[in-house]
Amino acid sequence: MSGVSPSLAPMRAEFGDAVERHLVSCGDTVVYVRRDRSHDVLAWLKETPSQEFTYLTDITAVEYRDPEQPLEVVYQLRCLDRRADLRIKVALDKRGPLEVRSVWDLWRGADWLEREVYDMFGVTFAGHPDLRRILMWETYSEGHPLRKSFPLRGHFSRSEQTRQALGANPEAHYSMEELSLAEAFQELPADMRERLARGERGFLR
Amino acid sequence: MGLSYRGPGRHSEEVTTVSPVSPNWVTTRLDFLTNWARSNSLWPMPFGTACCAIEFMATAASRFDLARFGMERMSFSPRQADVLICAGRLPFKLAPVIRRIWDQMPQPKWAISMGACASTGGIFDNYAMVQGIDTIIPVDVYVPGCPPRPEGLLYGIRLLQKKIMGESLADESLRDEKLVGPSGLFLSPERIDELSEPFGNSVDQTRST
Repeated sequence: MSGVSPSLAPMRAEFGDAVERHLVSCGDTVVYVRRDRSHDVLAWLKETPSQEFTYLTDITAVEYRDPEQPLEVVYQLRCLDRRADLRIKVALDKRGPLEVRSVWDLWRGADWLEREVYDMFGVTFAGHPDLRRILMWETYSEGHPLRKSFPLRGHFSRSEQTRQALGANPEAHYSMEELSLAEAFQELPADMRERLARGERGFLR
Repeated sequence: MGLSYRGPGRHSEEVTTVSPVSPNWVTTRLDFLTNWARSNSLWPMPFGTACCAIEFMATAASRFDLARFGMERMSFSPRQADVLICAGRLPFKLAPVIRRIWDQMPQPKWAISMGACASTGGIFDNYAMVQGIDTIIPVDVYVPGCPPRPEGLLYGIRLLQKKIMGESLADESLRDEKLVGPSGLFLSPERIDELSEPFGNSVDQTRST
């Protein structure tokens, strides 16, 4: 299963120079997309009938050791029907603002993935409804741990880290809204709500 | 317990008749009885965060059977627990949680730090991990291993029982609550930095610093 993804040619035809270089790595096609068009490209990939990358596997980011190289935000997409994968990368110049458009409006699952990238790399996602730290606690003030400029043991001394950790409120990590199924229920698709209301559990075609 | 010889009670003038540092026949007999009862009815509060908790579960299960040593029941409420067993690495995010659980446990109470990560931070000498839970709560027994086998944990528990058998009711400092002070720590900052210092292979680990 090697070779370039068949999605690349129509992407180039649609978006022209917004689609930058591409490469094939271990059989997966990696396509670099310009930052200002990333949301358009991802929306097109999700919604165009011949593409239908309806499943967002992951969002992550990469920072290279070379300080000149840009930081990359990585979107791993999958089309469940065609069983096809596609990796989209958006390069962010580290001298400019680390910001991309959120894809939360396309895939709801992007919510926590983007929060994680924000927490670990400090990339902000414009349009994200609730961009807070997710792994580190919310009052964490040392920075973004997966950046290369972040020392392995953190910026503060161990005693200062311990003091700040003990000062955190262990109940402040999750809001009740976040965990409330009753509220999430209203957000579910109508047919799923109906099935749950009938008492049905699990997936039925 | 009620064997207090200090304090501003009615009999404060008679304090010197029985010295707490030289226990007499009554107190030593009573010590033996209380310590025997305490050490053989330790209810553990399991605080399992990682692979050590799997070994801990094995210790509690039928093959190794923790109940042989009086730990008949896991106390999932700190209010009825005697010994906190921290089985696994403790991230800073969980530090206030284990501290609150420890504060909720009534005296007398003890703590076992199970495994390399709980005792020292282990392989996780990084920004996210507490470098030994003794910087958060006082610890009585450290069980080495990665993770320790159930025999190791049982040995640690036996050591704790031995330690309890050596306690004395006359020594009230054993039951002192070591609370988090106004500095936000329960030890001095210098002591915490000293306890958290890297050692072994970690010393040369200076990536990205």
